[in-house]
Amino acid sequence: MSRSTIDLWVGVFVVVGLGAILFLALKVGNLLIVTNTPGYHLEARFDNIGGLKMRAPVKAAGVVVGRVERVRFDPKAYEAVVTLRIDPAYQFTKDTIASINTSGLLGESYVGLDAGGDTAMLKDGDRIAKTQSAVVIEKLIGQLLFDRASDTTGGAKK
Amino acid sequence: MPAEAITGIVESLRRLGAGLTNAVARLGFAARFLIAVIVRSPTAFRRIHLTLREIYFSGVLSLVIILVSGLFVGMVLSLQGYEVLNRYGADEQLGMLVALSLVRELGPVIAGLLFARRAGSARTAEIGLMKATEQLSAMEMMAVDPVARVVAPRFWGGVISMPLLAALFSTLGIYGGYLVGVKLIGIDAGSFWGQMQAAVDWRQDITNGIIKSLVFGVAVSLIAVFEGYDSRPTAEGVSSATTRTVVASSLAILALDFVLTVFMSRGVGV
Repeated sequence: MSRSTIDLWVGVFVVVGLGAILFLALKVGNLLIVTNTPGYHLEARFDNIGGLKMRAPVKAAGVVVGRVERVRFDPKAYEAVVTLRIDPAYQFTKDTIASINTSGLLGESYVGLDAGGDTAMLKDGDRIAKTQSAVVIEKLIGQLLFDRASDTTGGAKK
Repeated sequence: MPAEAITGIVESLRRLGAGLTNAVARLGFAARFLIAVIVRSPTAFRRIHLTLREIYFSGVLSLVIILVSGLFVGMVLSLQGYEVLNRYGADEQLGMLVALSLVRELGPVIAGLLFARRAGSARTAEIGLMKATEQLSAMEMMAVDPVARVVAPRFWGGVISMPLLAALFSTLGIYGGYLVGVKLIGIDAGSFWGQMQAAVDWRQDITNGIIKSLVFGVAVSLIAVFEGYDSRPTAEGVSSATTRTVVASSLAILALDFVLTVFMSRGVGV
């Protein structure tokens, strides 16, 4: 086989192979949304974020509308500050409530947005005022046990 | 204890020791061989068409088997995954299941195993036969370095082809999964891709998959050229070297996959 035919085939192979990597990156990994889409930022403060991690989904009515971009701790207010990057196609009202939920009993944590009735919309850099922290199962169980214990001791006194 | 039994034990211990020293010596030889190949690579790259020719033989000619296997693996994965997911009412997660298992594990590993059988064994047989027919010695006589002229192009041809083949395998697999999941079973196309895109991460999943396939490419190519170069120069020696290539590179791929996965999954979180 002549050298130019081999060169042609190798060129085709490399182009197709790189195309496959590009397909994986863009169509499967959805790299475009992560890096290139501008998106606008919202800030939400939580007392406890539970298992929320960076890049966790932000969902409204169960639909992914953005990602958690940054999680940091505010040492003055003793709160977690979560920066959300929201797809610019979606707008949320000023009185939106941000809550940290878990998909399923043991699934991954995500930020849920529940829009309110306000007419003004949140803009880039705004803070979501109303938030609901993560439910920590250990605390819940601890509280339950404590309640039961106080109930039984209270009953014994009577 | 009778003296015979003691000498028997000593003899078997000696055989064990000899086997182990031999294995370590070969490993060291292989590592020095890798360094020799890399040192001579600039000389080999000066005649780039030699490497291109090897990409043609190990990459382009492996395309058919890689593409067809990828398509079928994806289709089977989709069918089997649907069986299980449907039980929990999580059909929409099928896209995620197919994409993650292909990109993370099956793509690099199966493409690597196929590549070792399809291209690695051929490289070993080729170099082994060149050695048996004294072509390599003839080259040395003509002051042509056989490592630069014969081994390095074959090594780099394999290293370059492998990640591309693995990516094509994953792509075709995902397309096969799409065909069965969406076209045959009738899962919503939007949630198939959407769940996949929400779950697959560029850095954690795709880049790690590419790194894996690159490592497998280096391992398979090194084993193939080393076994060929190190084979006994007889017909029997070449055939046993070819067998060793397939066995050793398959084991190397599976073992390296485990090691790489351990390191990669440790990086998750925070």
